[in-house]
Amino acid sequence: MYLKKLALAGAVSLLGSTAAFACSYENEVPLKSLSAGFEAWKAVTDAMAECGNFEAELDQEFRQKQPAAFEANPSLYQIGGVSNGTITPLLNAGTIRPLDDLVAKYGQNLNPNQLIRVNGQIMAIAMMVNTQHMMYREDILSDLGIEQPTSWGDVLAAAEKIQEAGVVDYPLGATMKSGWNLAQEFVNMHPGFGGAFFNADNTAAVNSDAGMKTLETMKALLDYTDPEVLVSDSTYVQQQFQQGKIAMANLWASRAAAMNDAAESQVVGKVKMSAAPVAMDGGAPATTLWWDGMVIASNITDAEADAAFRLMMEGLDEDMVTDNNDAAIWLVAGYQPGPLAEGAIATATATPAPPPYPSTTQMGLMHTALGNELPAFLTGERDAAATLAAIEEAYTTAAQEAGVLE
Amino acid sequence: MKSKTFFWFVAPSVLMMLVFIAAPLVSVLIQSFQVTQPVMQTVETETCTPGFLTQTCTTEIKTIPIIDEVTGKPQTTTEWVGFLSYQRVLQMDKVWAAISAGQWGDILQIDFWKALRFTLTFTLLTLPLVLGVGLAIALAVNSAVQSIRGPVIFISLLPFIITPVIGSLAIYWLFVGDGILTVALENILERDIAMFAQAWTIEILMYVFRVWNNAPFAFVIFYAGLQTVNMDTLESAVIDGASRLQRLRHVIIPHLMPLIIFIAIIHLMDVYRVFEEIVGFRSQAHVISLQWLTYDFLVPDDAGNRAISRASASAMLTMIGIVILLIIPLRRTWRDHKGGAH
Repeated sequence: MYLKKLALAGAVSLLGSTAAFACSYENEVPLKSLSAGFEAWKAVTDAMAECGNFEAELDQEFRQKQPAAFEANPSLYQIGGVSNGTITPLLNAGTIRPLDDLVAKYGQNLNPNQLIRVNGQIMAIAMMVNTQHMMYREDILSDLGIEQPTSWGDVLAAAEKIQEAGVVDYPLGATMKSGWNLAQEFVNMHPGFGGAFFNADNTAAVNSDAGMKTLETMKALLDYTDPEVLVSDSTYVQQQFQQGKIAMANLWASRAAAMNDAAESQVVGKVKMSAAPVAMDGGAPATTLWWDGMVIASNITDAEADAAFRLMMEGLDEDMVTDNNDAAIWLVAGYQPGPLAEGAIATATATPAPPPYPSTTQMGLMHTALGNELPAFLTGERDAAATLAAIEEAYTTAAQEAGVLE
Repeated sequence: MKSKTFFWFVAPSVLMMLVFIAAPLVSVLIQSFQVTQPVMQTVETETCTPGFLTQTCTTEIKTIPIIDEVTGKPQTTTEWVGFLSYQRVLQMDKVWAAISAGQWGDILQIDFWKALRFTLTFTLLTLPLVLGVGLAIALAVNSAVQSIRGPVIFISLLPFIITPVIGSLAIYWLFVGDGILTVALENILERDIAMFAQAWTIEILMYVFRVWNNAPFAFVIFYAGLQTVNMDTLESAVIDGASRLQRLRHVIIPHLMPLIIFIAIIHLMDVYRVFEEIVGFRSQAHVISLQWLTYDFLVPDDAGNRAISRASASAMLTMIGIVILLIIPLRRTWRDHKGGAH
């Protein structure tokens, strides 16, 4: 009897949930997607799954299998989740299709801001923006009478005061895990000092004044970070924040919601977000702008593409955003920016604005070269000038092998 | 056995070895002398990316591959480049420059030599440790009371059961900044400990981990070997007044010698490909190995580039290294084998 009641209750609650989140239509075409696995992707793919016949693969290492999977004919996935960094190989190989016809058919609710155009053709639909920006413990800074830091000079001065006060283990957190994360720190800082990554002929341009200043600033940060900073990635910095071990960090906006997650965080309501610090007076915030969005494979039938796009629109509708408002800085209509989004919005709307992360073949090679050569500088094995020369050399070798340079 | 029967017995495994070992090896060898590149073109491209409220569109000259109209895939060219990829990995010009300038330390700034330095020291230092610890456990278990042998063998084998990558992650989590062992040590020593902040502490952890993980293998083999030691010889040694140590040196170890060489060969082949510790300990900033270097060349970056040619060259160099290391123990077995035949 009891079991029967329980089963009935379960059935009713299931009915209730389908009624509340029901998809506006039933999807008949089997579809699969491959994307990153952070919170926002979970929200979107869950909303898409409600229409049925849809299987989402959420994988943080998606970038390693996506190009090959989309090159297969027929493509192994109809829908792909990309960012402005990872769309490059798909664009280069021509494995994603232009979406103009589908946007005309189903995309009435899309914001013009969401349409990612390459040479006038819509190649992707953006759903959110992401950027690394300043997160700080407001309680600690106001206790010590420190103003909200707006430049890296301020950050270092504030870190010194916090260190003296000894209120946290380490004043600063940084996503400096050697490899991709560490390279990204350089990629954030270097344009902030007005530096360019490449000359017009694709040769590297980081061995410059801006490059030297970037390295100096990065090294200066090490005085105030965890000594094991070269193994700390975004998740580790997020946890250091949540456990009250650090007071400031330039961290991804997509991590902001975790600060107020009472189940994990001991600092609920104490962390405030502001624009990424500038590297020099009058410069743009030292960070890069990212977007995450969806693409559709070209090696699939038109009927599948049609169904895939329709399903995407269902995942990116207002209901989804209302239910997951704080999971990301959504570009979808209906998003209400909360206090957690303040920093990201201040960063993106700053004048001059920080550059978007460049989606080019060369940038991929440069990112790898930076990730491999920077650690030797930060551990003190190599000086700054030699490091910049080594970065350029590593890039040149890789670019020659990849056919970008003669 | 008739040669025809013998042929049919080994045919399946020879076929497997040809398909899964020889063929890929030949393909890697060929690729290490080739460079395959997409044919690039430069085009003016306008890209629009969303800001928070409005889009920013930038027009720039981009270098992108030419897509073949027939196949729909990027056009590629393949060229024979001789030893170019090997030169790019080895960077001999820099090595000679460092040697002639007397700056030996500069050689270790080159990824390959840095990786080789660690791989070699790691392989050669863990070998005697694994043999020693394995033999010590085997002797201890062998002289333990019969009733507790089973549980002791079981416990000694546990580390061997753990997959190296899982084991190294476990060690990492125990010793990283706020890991329980670090916190415990910090409380006892009353000082801040950061095991993953400098190369030497990371390396020590790697040695300890590898010996802990591999010693059980040596132990099992030695323990089996100890069961076949000739008791008559041992007893006569006791009667002749040989001490425990002398018995070990003159009776047991010579008897176990073929097994020691067997374990050494397996260990050298295994440990020269050290990889799990690098990934598990996230030690790329401080310590890298040859196998990790090959992996790093192969991992595509965000733009989808992979350095296949350099990866092939690095893989071939790793294989050559293993062959050189194995020559010494293999020559010895070969000699013993020939001697035994007479």
